Amino acid sequence: MRHTLSVLVENTPGALARISGLFARRGFNIDSLAVGPTEHPDVSRMTIVVNVEAQALEQVTKQLNKLVNVIKIVQLEPGAGVERELVLVKVRADAVTRGQVLETVQLFRAKVVDVDPEAVTIEVTGNPDKLAAMLRVLEPYGVRELVQSGMVAIGRGGRSITDRSLRTVTQTG
Amino acid sequence: MSEQTTGEQLTGAQSLIRSLEYAGVDTIFGIPGGAVLPAYDPLLDSKQIRHILVRHEQGAGHAAQGYAQATGRVGVCMATSGPGATNLVTPLADAHMDSVPIVAVTGQVSSAAIGTDAFQEADIRGITMPITKHSYLVTDPADIPRTVAEAFHIASTGRPGPVLVDVAKDALQAMTTFDYPTQVSLPGYRPVTRPHGKQIREAARLIAAAQRPVLYVGGGVIKANASAELTQLADLTGIPVVTTLMARGALPDSHPQHLGMPGMHGSVAAVAALQRADLLITLGARFDDRVTGRLDTFAPGALVIHADIDPAEISKNRHADVPIVGDCREIITELIAVIEAAGTSAGSEEQTGWSEWSRSLAERYPVGYDAPDDGSLAPQYVIERIAAAAGPEATYVAGVGQHQMWASQFVGYERPRSWINSGGLGTMGYAVPAAMGAQVGTPERVVWAIDGDGCFQMTNQELATCALENIPIKVAVINNSALGMVRQWQTLFYEGRYSHTDLHTSSASRRIPDFAKLAEAYGCAGLRCDKPDDVDSTIAEAMQINDRPVVVDFGVHRDAMVWPMVAAGMSNDAILVARDLAPVWDREEEQ
Repeated sequence: MRHTLSVLVENTPGALARISGLFARRGFNIDSLAVGPTEHPDVSRMTIVVNVEAQALEQVTKQLNKLVNVIKIVQLEPGAGVERELVLVKVRADAVTRGQVLETVQLFRAKVVDVDPEAVTIEVTGNPDKLAAMLRVLEPYGVRELVQSGMVAIGRGGRSITDRSLRTVTQTG
Repeated sequence: MSEQTTGEQLTGAQSLIRSLEYAGVDTIFGIPGGAVLPAYDPLLDSKQIRHILVRHEQGAGHAAQGYAQATGRVGVCMATSGPGATNLVTPLADAHMDSVPIVAVTGQVSSAAIGTDAFQEADIRGITMPITKHSYLVTDPADIPRTVAEAFHIASTGRPGPVLVDVAKDALQAMTTFDYPTQVSLPGYRPVTRPHGKQIREAARLIAAAQRPVLYVGGGVIKANASAELTQLADLTGIPVVTTLMARGALPDSHPQHLGMPGMHGSVAAVAALQRADLLITLGARFDDRVTGRLDTFAPGALVIHADIDPAEISKNRHADVPIVGDCREIITELIAVIEAAGTSAGSEEQTGWSEWSRSLAERYPVGYDAPDDGSLAPQYVIERIAAAAGPEATYVAGVGQHQMWASQFVGYERPRSWINSGGLGTMGYAVPAAMGAQVGTPERVVWAIDGDGCFQMTNQELATCALENIPIKVAVINNSALGMVRQWQTLFYEGRYSHTDLHTSSASRRIPDFAKLAEAYGCAGLRCDKPDDVDSTIAEAMQINDRPVVVDFGVHRDAMVWPMVAAGMSNDAILVARDLAPVWDREEEQ
């Protein structure tokens, strides 16, 4: 089963290596991992998607919590969060097919970021289902190159998972 | 500790040594080298810190472990970059497995050279990430005091463990302002020590309701200094107790409820009690495979209370019905209070019957051995006699293998920290350097290393350190001229095909090396004993020598085996007390 974890980590060298090393060592598979800065300069946030059973998920969470650089882990309940991935895809499109490709871009509310006589490069964000659907439609035209980000996710509603944890970091510098 | 000198201008190296002094360090085991050289200069001036120059960095690491295990304080080792640091890998892994608080300080090449494959460069922080509790690479000298303070805090609190501090050479050489923090701030590190009251009450309820409870005690009880509380809990409830390899001495072996050690070479009573229990009260233990045997057949009828300071241990191998996260001492103290308040301490009639049954099993199947028919020396007898001569106030340190199991079985441990060994990692060669560290940490005690001939040859270079530094350890080499435990498995599971286990160290073989002569070459006393009649007098002679280390080469029967035994991967129900001999379980039930 797929689970999405939001992990707040101290923005220190080696934190990513520790986390990815832990997954490898304990035999947990990562489906997707995205990392980037947060509203706080000392804190980075990782979104990790793992495919494990419930008991293994508990171990993943506990082992991650043991890492000194890990400040907080929150599991996003399915449906309770907004999940997004970004894809840049270069699709073969000549004068004949370009119109159809652009129609697909519009349908999926994607964006053309580069055009060439032979191809268009499309940027699209969305949840994994939407991206998969769009790629299925584009496939017949010829996907020449594709790059995809890891998933980022955030909980819905007004509450923040960073409020309390970040306060501690701010106090202590 | 030094006088208050916060704000002083120092080199990074001076700041490092000053920080170690502030952290309370009195002993460092180490070897200098190029990258760590700047740190060794101010070390020469330290009045607080004794540096002990070892002969191999692995010896420094295990000595730091022995020091920590014997004293409960953080052990410290120091090495240079590259090969110096990589030689610490085994002790760090060992300390990680056995939760031993040590801090390893390593020199690193200058920050500009990091990543260039410079001379003696190794990414020791990267290498040791999976085998340390935490690790640091310091390139800014201003970070040194904070890093040292954090390292000692992390190593010694929560579930203890090894911390690596790797310091770049230029950070040691640069000038900096010394400012030791009054407190550490680690937002991601807050070990829970206070147990949850609801969980304690639930545990007490299960204990009162249980008919066949067992206290399954692990090394965490010793780490938490909770032996007195454990004894109180055992006395209060009358519940039988087993102590794991890491917990020997947590409850006195002479305690009437003590059933011995569980696991692969555990006593019949300890193994059987766990298998038949309806409740395991697990305190600071981790359901290691050497205790559980085949996991899905372990203690099949038992509910589990699992108390541990590390939440990740709970329900890792065996589901915990009542998880309790916290410090074992606080947990046991609160458990006693709740049980006393509820007035349920007496235990039911069934509990009393259970205690008597397990006690009778312990009497019927004591851990024993047969003297060899040919009049040669039984290794178990040697260890028994050493224990008789040195007594419970001595400290016993073992390597890994048959001699380790016999030392865990045939020495009566009456106090915590009297038994030091490599449990989780199973590091051969642990005994001599760890005994050295234990002796430095507790100079008033007699320290016996119970070693094997295989183990002894891996780390005996530290005898030179012991002789020169006036560290008078005593080493009993239980010499069966073989890698004994491997040989035992070859006997039992490989039709006696002894592939590469003969070490030729016995008098009947080529005696290479001659351990007594080797000891003398190292400035130690070298004794030898091959006959049962000479054992006591040889031990007495060794006990008399206190001005230098002693090595006694005990030539023992090479076919002696460790029993009882549960074969690897088997259920604990398949325990054998000797080859092809299973215990009779149900004598009472048959009658």
